[in-house]
Parts: sequence; structure tokens; C-alpha cells
Amino acid sequence: MFEAVLLTVITAATPLLIAAVGELVVERSGVLNLGVEGMMIMGAVIGFAVANQTGSGSLGVIAAIAAGMAMSALFAVLVLFLVANQVATGLALTILGIGLSGMIGEAFIGVPGLDLPQLYIPVLSELPFFGPVFFQQDALVYLSFVLVAVVAYGLFRTRIGLVLRAVGDNHGSAHALGYSVVRVRFAAILFGGACAGLAGAYLSLAYTPQWVENMTAGRGWIALALVVFASWLPLRVVIGAYLFGAVSVLNLHAQALEFDIPSQLLSSLPYLATILVLVLISANRRLTLVNTPACLGKPFVPDR
Amino acid sequence: MGDNVAETGSPDHDGNASTHRSDRETLLNASGLTKRFGDILANDNVDLVLNKGEIHALLGENGAGKSTLVKMFYGSLDPDAGEISWNGRKVSINNPAAARELGIGMVFQHFSLFEALTVVENIALALPNPGKMQDLAKRVETVSRDYGLPLSPGDIVADLPVGIRQRIEIVRCLLQEPQLIIMDEPTSVLTPQEADQLFVTLQRLANEGCAVLYISHRLEEVKRICHHATILRHGKVVRECDPTKETAASLASMMVGADVASVSSGEGEAQVGQTRLTLQKLNAAAATPFATALNGVSLDLKAGEVVAIAGVAGNGQGELFDAISGEMRVSPDMVLLDGTPCGNKSITWRRKQNAAFVPEERLGHGAVPGMKLSQNIVLTRHSTGDRLVGGGFVSNAEAGNLEQRIKKAFDVRMSHDDPEARSLSGGNLQKFVVGRELDREPGILVVNQPTWGVDAGAAALIRQALIDLARSGSAVLVISQDLDEIFEIADRIAVISRGFLSAAEPAAQMTRERVGLLMAGGAETQGEVA
Repeated sequence: MFEAVLLTVITAATPLLIAAVGELVVERSGVLNLGVEGMMIMGAVIGFAVANQTGSGSLGVIAAIAAGMAMSALFAVLVLFLVANQVATGLALTILGIGLSGMIGEAFIGVPGLDLPQLYIPVLSELPFFGPVFFQQDALVYLSFVLVAVVAYGLFRTRIGLVLRAVGDNHGSAHALGYSVVRVRFAAILFGGACAGLAGAYLSLAYTPQWVENMTAGRGWIALALVVFASWLPLRVVIGAYLFGAVSVLNLHAQALEFDIPSQLLSSLPYLATILVLVLISANRRLTLVNTPACLGKPFVPDR
Repeated sequence: MGDNVAETGSPDHDGNASTHRSDRETLLNASGLTKRFGDILANDNVDLVLNKGEIHALLGENGAGKSTLVKMFYGSLDPDAGEISWNGRKVSINNPAAARELGIGMVFQHFSLFEALTVVENIALALPNPGKMQDLAKRVETVSRDYGLPLSPGDIVADLPVGIRQRIEIVRCLLQEPQLIIMDEPTSVLTPQEADQLFVTLQRLANEGCAVLYISHRLEEVKRICHHATILRHGKVVRECDPTKETAASLASMMVGADVASVSSGEGEAQVGQTRLTLQKLNAAAATPFATALNGVSLDLKAGEVVAIAGVAGNGQGELFDAISGEMRVSPDMVLLDGTPCGNKSITWRRKQNAAFVPEERLGHGAVPGMKLSQNIVLTRHSTGDRLVGGGFVSNAEAGNLEQRIKKAFDVRMSHDDPEARSLSGGNLQKFVVGRELDREPGILVVNQPTWGVDAGAAALIRQALIDLARSGSAVLVISQDLDEIFEIADRIAVISRGFLSAAEPAAQMTRERVGLLMAGGAETQGEVA
């Protein structure tokens, strides 16, 4: 029983984790992309459609990543080159994604999906308890952890990460030193789009292998909130995503047990718990402020 | 910040200044540089020769085109016409990385540092091949100590005072082993002692054959350390001279193109009346990690006098201003206007008590950029008896009249009538925001950085107006980083350092040295004793 619960926690947390880590990179570069939900759902529908048509889960995942990147490229052109308002553009991207995915996905409603195969890590997967939980997952779960590790290392230990943080902290200075603010941000936005698309593919190919209209159900927004509450630190995003996953799964089980608590209140628990814990761990205001990208959401126009 | 202040004396420069300029080898030769922004010709056919081992001053009023010129040398702007040759070879400097590759380093006026990053990360960002962070950290430590500008590589910039931040910029330049260092107003944020330390470093660099292009408004300083000066006016080179052979006044008149009016503080002693503003043990915790806490600040401001608060930027001036103006609420007894406790009262309440406030940041804080000047007048004067608002409606006619009056009295120049605040140049907008409050003839005026970034003529006008207001019986509190200004207008001087305020002493008994020591932390110990 406990194993089963833990397994569902992982599947609930993975899409949040992937999308949030992508958005973290975007925001660290100083861009606020509120279109995560829209990019995610486009990833879900395109991933499902391609996997369904070709019969290949991997192709589906790749197509989903491409879809997320295409959406984010649209956003990047609007906010970086045409200096459109980031908040409004992000919101529009979400609305566009939800509408477009509904249209594309119409033919796939009720079509049985393709489940990504589980990968059994040799030896480790045979461990009692830990084996099934941690080493008999699909490839995307492993990938999400690799992604977090790469992003955490890349941000704080490599030159690319340093430049990215510099651009997010003070784009005027970065420009004065000769870094291309627009190029760095473009790359970051594309990375965020790829992650959101991947997260969408996880939903329609692994979490619930089918296409349902509006199936992201606000997960993109939760990923956005996680980034902020996690003070833009990758490891905290892991804590937040798993906590949110855990409480939402527990909540489902609690509802099944029919406690004498209104179900609406239970449904709000994941949100409350996540906010509470992340607020508590970000009680160190200094750390939070140092990690907040100072140029977040500010448009940049080079004076040349 | 107090380290290595005491042991450095005045740098020796006499030996170098007397060397003939023609003896030196030419490093950079710019000819016919022209840069246009819209209708404005920022640089018009500028010629400039920089020699090796020379400290070369670039002088001019605000908007004369100094920053534009150096930005072209540093590759952050492309010239529209003209050419630059470097070591005798024609070069085009397309971006700052290319400039650094040639050996041109720059210390920016508004620092180009990243506050959230560490010292060594900031330096790594400016180097083409920084190598491993640990190795670079060691190099930073060695080089900074070697030049008498010690730094600890792991510190986060946000935690460091301005003086140290400038060291980071300079060390960042030095690590690139530059042949030319461009410095844009480097001493405007330093204490006199820190400035002396900087001059020693510059002198040493010049002796090693490095050229320094030095932009400053402080003419005494230019006379002291520079070998040659080029003067720009309205984007053109108007004069070249040897600053050691000029006086500060003659340099100033070359810059302005006319004699600069001197400020007169009127006859005799200030006629001091009753206390208008009192600060009693004003304490305020730092609102953010990057802010300064106020520690037991006490001050009496009397009618008829100008009290000036000196200090290096970021030592609590902004917080002190906010507490006095009411932007930051404190306990009622900490701030008193005419004896009435008002620490928790709103800014409007204080304005109705005949107080007026001019904040430091004129665009965005002192004035709303996208609003017309008349609308900006309504924003600060809506409830102080100017009949600008009646029955909830704004009287545009009254606001327009006031705008005309302020414009005339303070010579605010504008391209058309009642423009948006953002369309005014910095100096003109400053005249407007100061004029808007002075026009009320307030009983108490508190002004933060009255002439920041304002050229000599406008600055003299504003300073004279502040003195005249005090002589007419008002109490005036000026927070400033400009010591020349403070000594020109203040009757009493206090110094703020790390949120501690020294006792206000009569200006006649203060010297620059004493103010400098107080700036560098003396105010703190004095404040703790008090």
C-alpha cells in the first residue's frame, strides 16, 4: 500500500518538477513567462498525437519538446525583440495553448494512449521497497532528476550559469560588459519551453496515457508558483514539487476514506501545505533576496 | 571602510605633471568622432589624443558628451563618423569585449556590478578566460592587496559599501592588464581619504605606463592628479589645457563658456529661530538586506538655518529621508514637527504642517515620468492650500498657473508647454522638483541630493534658492554627498555613517578632513557614545 502511494506521488510530482525547473532557468535570466500552462498543454497534445500516429513514445516526447519550444519561441520574439509586456504575453500564450490544444486534440479524445515503458535499472530495481519505488520508473522520471542536477550544477558552477544569473540580476551591466542579453534570454526561454513541453508529454504519455481537453488542469500555474516559493533554487523546487505531489495523493486517499471534512477543504490542502512549507524554508529573507533575479520581468532595450 | 585610510597621504604627482606632453608615446588617437541621438548631436567631430602614462581629464557640463565619447572608446556605442587608432593602427571597437581585448578597461560611474553575485564572480564576468574560480579568487586577493585595494573574493556585492564596490571595478580592470583605464566620476562616491587612496593607485598605474582617461566634475581633483585636460561643450572640443596651470574657476568657466555665478550666503550669521524639526533617537531596522538601519539618530533643525548631512551614498540617507518625510513610518516620538510627535503620520499630514520634501530620485520618485508637469504639481500640493483640488475635482487651470510660475522662477527649459516629466533633461527636471516645493515657501524643507547630476549653472541657482529660503525664516535640511556644496550652503554640518548621525556642528568649525573621518566611521563611534 505504502509503495503504491509513493509511486503515485512520484508520478504526480514529476510533471511539476520538470516544468518548474525549466521556468526557473527562464526567470533566472530575468524573464517572467506566464505561459507555462499553455506550453505544457501543447506538449501534452502534440506528444500524444505523434505517439499515437507513429506508435513511438520517444518520438512523441521529442515532438512535445519541439512543441513547447515553438510556443516559447513565439513568446521570446514578442518579449525580446518587440519588447511586448511579459505578463500580458505570457497570459496570451496560455490562452492560445489551451485553445489550440483543444482544437488539435479533438480527434484524439477517447483514443487509447500509449504508455511509456518502465525502465528497470539493473540490480537496484531488485532492492526491496526502494527498488520498485525508485528504480522501476519510466525514463522521464529519471530524466527529471538528471535535469535538476544539471540545472543546479550549471547555474552555480559553470560560466554559462554565471552569465545567466548576471543577466537576470542586472541586464544593464551585463550589456555594458558585452554580453548579449537578448541571446542569453532567448536560449533560456527556449529551454523553459522545452521543459514545459516535456512536462506536458509526461501527462499525456505516462501520468494518464490519454488525451483529455484541458488536462494540465492548472499544473503550469503551480509550477510557476513553486519557482517563486522555492526562491529560485533548484533543490527547493524538488522539495516543493514532491510535497505538492505527496499531499495531493494523500488527499485522494483521504477522500476515499470519507473523513468528515468537506472535500473542498481537502482539495485545498496541497496548496496550503506547499505554501506553508516553502514560506517556512524561505524565512531567511537575505538568502531569498540574493536569489531573486532583480531584473525579473523588466524589459531590456539596448542603447545602441 | 575605514581600512587603509590613515596611512595614505597625499600622492606625489609633481614629478609627472612637469614632463613634456610631447615626450610621451601616443596610445589612442581619435579623430572626427561624431555621434547623433535623434535630433541631438552628442559628439560633434571630436578629436582626442591619449598618451601612454598620462592621466588625461575629460571635462564638461552634464550633457556635454563625455559619457558618449568614452562609451565609443569602450565599444558600447558605435560612432556615426570618425575613426579611432590604437597604438598607431586603425581599429573599430564594436563591443566591450573587443575593447577589453585591445587593453581598454572602464570603471563605470553607475557601477556595472551584479549585486547578487560574489566579488570573484563579478570579476570573472569581465575576463575572457577567467579559469577556475578558486585560482581566480587567489589572483584577485593578490592583485588587490598588491595595489592597496584589498578585497575578499567570496563576499556578496550587495553587502559591500560603495567604496569597496569601486575597488572591485578597479581590480576587475587591473586583472585585464589594460593599457588604458577610463574612469567616469570615480570619486563621487568616495570619502576624501578613499579618494586619496585612489589617486595613489592611479599615479602608480600612470608610472607603469598605463593611460588614464579621467572624467570628473571635481576640478580641484583634476588639478591635483591630471597631466592634461580636454574640455567638451555641447559635444565639441572647446579647449585643451594643462590643468595644473589653471585654477578651478578658470576650468569651470571653460566648461560653461561663461563665468559661473558664485553662491552667496547673505550677510553675517544666520538668524536662528525656534526648532521646527526634531529627530529623537530615531531607530529603524533595515527594511531589506540591502538597506541600512538607522541607529539613534537625533537632530534639531531650527528656523532660519541650513543644516547639511554629509555622507557617502548608502549610509542611511535614503532611510533617514523616508522617516522624516513619512514614506517610512516610525514611532510618533521619533520625529517631531514644531514639537508635535508625527513619526506615524502620513506624508500629506506633514505637508499640511508646512513641511516640504524633495526625494533623491527625481524621475519615478520625485516625479511620475509619464505625467505632465502640472499633474506632477498636483500630486505633491493637492492639500496644501493651492486650490488645486476642489470638491474632488482637479483644477487644471490652477495647476497650469503654478507650472508657469515654477518654470519662470527656476528657469526650467522645455521644448513645449507642460511636457511629460520624462521628457525633461535631468538637470531641468531637478530644477522643477526642487522648484515645485520651494515655490510653496515651506516652513520646513527637507531635500535629498538637491543638485545631483545637475550642471554648475543650475546647481548654483538651486543652492542660492535654498539659502534664500532659510534666510527668509524657514528651516532647511539638505542631505548631500557633495562636500563642496555642503560647505557652500550649510550653517551646520552633521555626518551620517552606517546609519549613525554625528552631532551637527557649525560649518565654520568643520574641516574636510574631519568630515572625511566622520564619513569613514567616526560618526558611528560618536553616535554610539552619544
